[in-house]
Amino acid sequence: MTLMDSLAADSRPWAFLRRLLAKAGLSGRGLVIAAPMLWLLVFFLVPFLVVTKIALSELVIASPPYAPMIEWTKGGELIVKLNFGNFQFLFSEPLYLNAYLGSIKFAAISTLIALLIAYPMAYLIARSGERTRNVLLMLVILPFWTSFLLRVYAWIGFLKGNGVVNNVLMSVGIIHDPIVMLQTDFAVYLGIVYTYLPFMILPLYANLVKLEDDLLEASADLGARPFMTFLTITLPLSLPGIIAGSMLVFIPAVGEFVIPALLGGPDTLMIGRILWDEFFSNRDWPVASSVAIIMVVALVFPIMIMRSAQDRMEEKAK
Amino acid sequence: MKQVLALAVGMSILAIPALAQEEPVLNIYNWSDYIAEDTISNFEAQTGIKVNYDVFDGNEVLEAKMLTGSSGYDVVVPTNNFLERQIQAGIYMELDASKLPNLKNMDPAIMTTLAISDPGNTHAIVYMWGTTGMGYSAKAIAERMPDAPSDSWDMIFDPEIAKNFADCGITMLDAPAEVMSAALNYLGLDPLSEDEGDLQKATDLVLSVRPYIRYFHSSQYISDLANGDICLSLGWSGDIFIAQARAVEAANGVEVVYVIPKEGAQVWTDNMAIPKDAPHPDNAHKFINYIMEPEVVAAISDYVFYANGNAASTPLIDPAVTGDPAIYPPDDVKAKLFAIKSHSPAYDRLLTRAWTRIKTGQ
Repeated sequence: MTLMDSLAADSRPWAFLRRLLAKAGLSGRGLVIAAPMLWLLVFFLVPFLVVTKIALSELVIASPPYAPMIEWTKGGELIVKLNFGNFQFLFSEPLYLNAYLGSIKFAAISTLIALLIAYPMAYLIARSGERTRNVLLMLVILPFWTSFLLRVYAWIGFLKGNGVVNNVLMSVGIIHDPIVMLQTDFAVYLGIVYTYLPFMILPLYANLVKLEDDLLEASADLGARPFMTFLTITLPLSLPGIIAGSMLVFIPAVGEFVIPALLGGPDTLMIGRILWDEFFSNRDWPVASSVAIIMVVALVFPIMIMRSAQDRMEEKAK
Repeated sequence: MKQVLALAVGMSILAIPALAQEEPVLNIYNWSDYIAEDTISNFEAQTGIKVNYDVFDGNEVLEAKMLTGSSGYDVVVPTNNFLERQIQAGIYMELDASKLPNLKNMDPAIMTTLAISDPGNTHAIVYMWGTTGMGYSAKAIAERMPDAPSDSWDMIFDPEIAKNFADCGITMLDAPAEVMSAALNYLGLDPLSEDEGDLQKATDLVLSVRPYIRYFHSSQYISDLANGDICLSLGWSGDIFIAQARAVEAANGVEVVYVIPKEGAQVWTDNMAIPKDAPHPDNAHKFINYIMEPEVVAAISDYVFYANGNAASTPLIDPAVTGDPAIYPPDDVKAKLFAIKSHSPAYDRLLTRAWTRIKTGQ
């Protein structure tokens, strides 16, 4: 008997509530499933539909700055106006495609770099003793205790013309003139990899820690060198961790706004900045909404591909 | 009978707000670092109205809130070209002149400038005004070019001269209308032009110096100029004065100078207006009238180093402020200043496209 069952059997108000819900056609199980669905409905689907509605309306100088989609005329006519011009505009202007591709490029390269750095770290953590492991995990999570914005700001102090890095390099005599690092693509990569590294390490760790020593021993007994063992045993088994970590880094990195805005240069073309420009500088809410919708749609596909790859792998594992 | 009844109901609805005593609260939304330290507390002590004072750092943020509606603010401070579009969008109420006896103190010349954006000055009063010019670090410029034409837009718009300052950092505002009007004016064209050919010429001009520009940003340059991280900015007068003051405070050897270039520059006004859905319009009028007291606004100018729109306050302001030609320009410089209007939506789109091309260097 679980705790819930005993509670339900013993306390009368609980039983009463359950009967009441059952009458309404709701079981406890249904409620548990309904809660996240309701959450998605209220905080994802409804806002998404509102944004879609704005994306399909026309820009006007008014408050709010778009024309109403549905209108009752005085003659009693119901007029529904759908304006696909904003989407057309996005496809006719190479800027937006370039920005999407730019975002995907930044996100993909950052994900790859994060993976290359995170894998050895996660491996080390998974392989170390229980005590050290907890300390190391703590160190990975620790930066989250400081605001994300502050941490990105701190990089400005490191990278700028008379910042920490340049001053150290100059005082040692390696360089004579400061290197321009801030407001470059390099700074954006650095910022994204730095910020999202823990999201790569943690799923990799969770996966690698389950790796059985027996498998590695068997491989060694059969004459495989450590590198061979890694390629044929460890790496394939850790693929689900790699995919989970990559998704956690790639998806937020595509829509990243703060890091390119603070660390990037004017030619760092990412869709998050285009969105900001359209909404605030250009106050074109319909176009901004269209950009956002296309971004969501464009992201759904890579996620679906990765998910199905992950599912296939889990099938295989069974 | 029906009509009479409707009229009566209508009149009673109109009468209710006038009869009901407003709660003693006022919500103000102003630029950051843009008021004297005791302005608000003095107003509260004088009137017993509790003031909630919020700040923003860009017209875009204010505009997004205003366009969304129901912001809850009673007094907001948009810049003239933004104000113009927001008036067209029907966001602001007409000011009730009978509640603003201090209107007589305002400077007619600067109110006429604002009238380009707010015909008849019915919706707003000028709070502070300034220019969009050049700020530079004197030492860094002299080191690179001892005979630099520091009183001319050549510094930024002539590639042969601008390239000398590429290594120490040139920046521009991320404000297309302002930068392009400066470029048009430099080329001898109408800074308010909406002609596509003119826009192309201005775009080519900015693209010709684009390789020497470090970034486009509307507030970052304040601290960078003060720290010596950059050496030349196309920026707002008051911001560059803030950079100047910060450099002096830090005693880091950086001397920041602001100039209104001799070819002329844009003049802008920041204006106080009351949103139509303001919950406390009466208190808002009281506050705006209070701001138009010469002593009150003189103290603010002393503190923020901006010229205000109040003629009666000029003799009360610190001579160090009124005597600075970069803040209170002499008449011959004033003659070359121009105000910008908001653009048509079609031109705005062209402008944004040109601006993105410039920023990304494509």
